[in-house]
Amino acid sequence: MKKTDALIIGAGPTGLFTAHQLKLIGLDCEIVDNLDKIGGQCIELYPDKPIYDIPAIPECTGKELTNNLINQLKPFNIQFHLSERVDEVKKENENWIVKTNNGKTFSTPNVIIAGGVGSFEPRKFGLKECEKFEDKSIFYSVKDKKIFEGKTVSIFGGGDSALDWAVELSKSSKVNLIHRRDEFRGAQLTVDKVHELAKSKKINLLTKFQLKSVNGSDSLESVDIKHDNEEVKNLKTDFVLGFFGLIMQLGPIANWGLNIDKKTIEVDTEKFETNQKGIYAVGDICSYPGKLKLILSGFHEGALAARACFKLARPNEKYRFEFTTSSKTLKERLGKK
Amino acid sequence: MARINYITHDNKTHTIEVQNGLTVMEGAVQNDIPGIDADCGGGMACATCHVYVKEEWLDKLPKKEDGEEDMLDMAFEPKQNSRLSCQLVVSNDLDGLEVNIPSKQG
Repeated sequence: MKKTDALIIGAGPTGLFTAHQLKLIGLDCEIVDNLDKIGGQCIELYPDKPIYDIPAIPECTGKELTNNLINQLKPFNIQFHLSERVDEVKKENENWIVKTNNGKTFSTPNVIIAGGVGSFEPRKFGLKECEKFEDKSIFYSVKDKKIFEGKTVSIFGGGDSALDWAVELSKSSKVNLIHRRDEFRGAQLTVDKVHELAKSKKINLLTKFQLKSVNGSDSLESVDIKHDNEEVKNLKTDFVLGFFGLIMQLGPIANWGLNIDKKTIEVDTEKFETNQKGIYAVGDICSYPGKLKLILSGFHEGALAARACFKLARPNEKYRFEFTTSSKTLKERLGKK
Repeated sequence: MARINYITHDNKTHTIEVQNGLTVMEGAVQNDIPGIDADCGGGMACATCHVYVKEEWLDKLPKKEDGEEDMLDMAFEPKQNSRLSCQLVVSNDLDGLEVNIPSKQG
């Protein structure tokens, strides 16, 4: 079990700056995020879109903002636990015991939820029957491409993941690529490659089709797909891959005994503490009268929650407010003389 | 001001007067119409404010901007009359607009 002064859930901009504030006032912290990379929505939803309302930064993209925040954390040694989703938060004596889906456990007096709109999960097919085949013959990501060798794989989607896997798997599998319209939103090079492979019959390209039903008793046998003009086609297939991007789901957070209203967590505006002592919520996921869902608000909320953590992590010490421009201690923590 | 008819999955019609300049998404969220999540807050980055527009209104709506069709690829069961409600800005011309909210957004 790992012990830390504060555990941050969510490695988006708010989580990152909150970590900065914790380290600056002399507390340890670790960060857990369900995505496989740092940056949260900024990196997953709009890495290349410019943002114009970060104070003192006239314009920057989601990716640039993330990189700047990571750079700002350079003086500190912070451990990130990526591709880990926090499943359970339980009180044990004075501490919170936090468990992830991969079996990591943390013990901490302070849990800061900087979870945006929840954790990113793959968007799935709407058909209920698909659940029966999930992780057996229907997948939303590829973990081991070897299982597809010599088999028929039907890929649904029109973005980079769908196109990249269609190209890759066409080398050793029979590939159907099904998309709801003629245009693809992937990189042009890959789109061209797909059309080339379709011409040489290496990929069976079916556009303006969507999944209608999946058939098979124990294992998947075929899928029916429906054209915009109502024509239905049956495709024999061993596997189905769906690539429809990610969706945010509040997930297990809903079970931690917090006051939740419309996917947001109620907090006070002094410590950004929830109804549970030692659990805070900052950034888009928190709500209070007047809440603005802006990145700059997340920074403010994180700075205050960090100070509140100090009390529980160092009950016998007194927190002293200091400026980075003048404090010797803070400068030392930042590695400056 | 325009009256927007939101038809939820249970076939209930919710008629809301929405101010000009707000989006059809904001009209729903501010009035607690269930089924429009709008996770990204109107940034055309998540496809969870997806609605089906009644056919006769399709031509009267603002045209799709670059990127809306791309996002609709991600939507739950998109159809020909799918739109992202965060991209539909309300004006007097939209008085009486009817949109169906899908059974779920993801």
